[in-house]
Amino acid sequence: MIGTASRQSAAAGLALVVLAVAAVGFPLVFSSPVVTNYAVYALIFAAVVSAWNVFSGFSGYISLGHAVFFGSGAYAVGIAARDWHVNGVGVFGLLPLAAVAGAAIAVPFGLVALRVRRHTFIVITIAVFFIFQLMAYNLTSFTGGTVGVSAPFLPWSPTSFNDHFYYIALGCAAGMIVIAALVRRSRFGLQLRAIRDDEDRARGLGVRAMRVKLAAFVLSAAVTALVGGVWFLYLTQAQPPSAYDPLFDLSIVLMAFLGGLGTITGPVLGALIIEPGQLYLTIKYTNGYLSEILLGALFLLIVLFVPRGIVPTGGEWIRRLRTRGRPVVAPTAPAAAAAPDPARSGGA
Amino acid sequence: MTALLRTEDVHKSYGGVRALDSCSVEIDEGTVAGLIGPNGSGKTTLFNVITGYARADAGQVYLAGKNITNVAPDKVFTLGIGRTFQLTRIFASLTVLENMLVASRHGRSSARRRAMEQLEFVGIAGHHAALAGTLSYGQRKLLELAYVLVADPAVILLDEPAGGVNPSLVNHIGDRIRELNAAGKTFLIVEHNMEFVMGLCDRITVLDSGGVVATGPPGIIRTDRRVLNAYLGDDLDDDPGESS
Repeated sequence: MIGTASRQSAAAGLALVVLAVAAVGFPLVFSSPVVTNYAVYALIFAAVVSAWNVFSGFSGYISLGHAVFFGSGAYAVGIAARDWHVNGVGVFGLLPLAAVAGAAIAVPFGLVALRVRRHTFIVITIAVFFIFQLMAYNLTSFTGGTVGVSAPFLPWSPTSFNDHFYYIALGCAAGMIVIAALVRRSRFGLQLRAIRDDEDRARGLGVRAMRVKLAAFVLSAAVTALVGGVWFLYLTQAQPPSAYDPLFDLSIVLMAFLGGLGTITGPVLGALIIEPGQLYLTIKYTNGYLSEILLGALFLLIVLFVPRGIVPTGGEWIRRLRTRGRPVVAPTAPAAAAAPDPARSGGA
Repeated sequence: MTALLRTEDVHKSYGGVRALDSCSVEIDEGTVAGLIGPNGSGKTTLFNVITGYARADAGQVYLAGKNITNVAPDKVFTLGIGRTFQLTRIFASLTVLENMLVASRHGRSSARRRAMEQLEFVGIAGHHAALAGTLSYGQRKLLELAYVLVADPAVILLDEPAGGVNPSLVNHIGDRIRELNAAGKTFLIVEHNMEFVMGLCDRITVLDSGGVVATGPPGIIRTDRRVLNAYLGDDLDDDPGESS
């Protein structure tokens, strides 16, 4: 058993090294700006969906309002750069401000929305999303209205522009995956997953559910906003319909469901499949609605055929192959005689 | 004996239905107390009020003299009351060991060690890596008991621990309760299996229509006419037959 476990961890370590080398070397092999553009967006969404998953995937509270944080992060960087006259690469120093803005919005947002559960929570997140989009349109002196805000010029040559952003987005995605893995392994992550299964039961076991949910919501919002700032600098412009895009949340939900909600690798895999596919369809077919129709159709196919997502379903198939139909749990034989003394075992 | 857990004139209504009507119960420290009564008599509602899952309309709940009326469930648990549910409520997508760790208040290695000890105590340590959702109903009952024990509560409320469990596991659960009680734990048990409850409890309280009908040792409760009337629906005689 120990040999099998160490072989598995060695194989996982090797796969991780190969993935890391492939990710770092990608722009060197595929230098076309079209390809690196796909890769930058895919990595931006990998980071965002991973951040979304830390809250929604782990807790079971499906947020359709994360565009609030993404757009607000973009606007925070744009407005700060405009008003404080920040130019050049110094604008990247404003990214922590985007994270702070996201967290600051998430606290009151979460204190209201997290009082309700499931479907009602989803409806409230959608409502808050539209409030922010309307504010972006109407607070003209602050947000620039329909014109939006523009990013300062970055002193990078057009040939290396995408490569710089590729590595920045890769750093964001890798960082968020590490955070997600750490959260999942922690007591905090365990409490979130307990809340997903049965929130009332978790409360009855001492879990301070509101505090745990809010902490995850704020963490998720801060990272989403920071990545929104990166997206803004890459796109060089933020306008209400693009920064606060209703399809943004539908896309990340679809990515998470495709890969496997609540897993670490699943949502990232979903982002790496769906985002380039969506961009390809948008560019290939000028009819902008086609990608959205296909996105909806894909969602239905996922619900029908892989409702748990690729990673959990794949894991289940492998487990079935290994156990070859043997029952996972054997019946419990009453073993009173073998039971240890409760006082010694801490039962007293 | 001192009352470790006490409810005083607790009232609870759901719309027009009076679930608890001036319900006063005392559980002495170190005893196994039973709570019986016909369906709808208010047993689970009383559990819910004690553990903060339902708010009392009136009345008080005390734990070791401290007023814990309408305190939130997470606080009640940290104050020292653990409970199980009539229909088991485990975290199905977590492993058995992870279920145990949700309730733990210790550091990582210490928490794992204590969790494994409790799983061994109830007899399901061999399944620690299995998803809790794959356990049988009886094993889930044992898991619920185990993860309540992890936090070492002063009082344990068990809602039908023998309900829907095969007879050999019922005996197993009963043995575990006796061992824990011998080590000083206090229990309040709701149960319909009369053989189980009469053989296990030091004192039994009978509820009917949200109020206490009788309290006393099992031998007296078994023959109390008011208890028989509560279950069988006969008219109450004038003779009260006081048993408490």
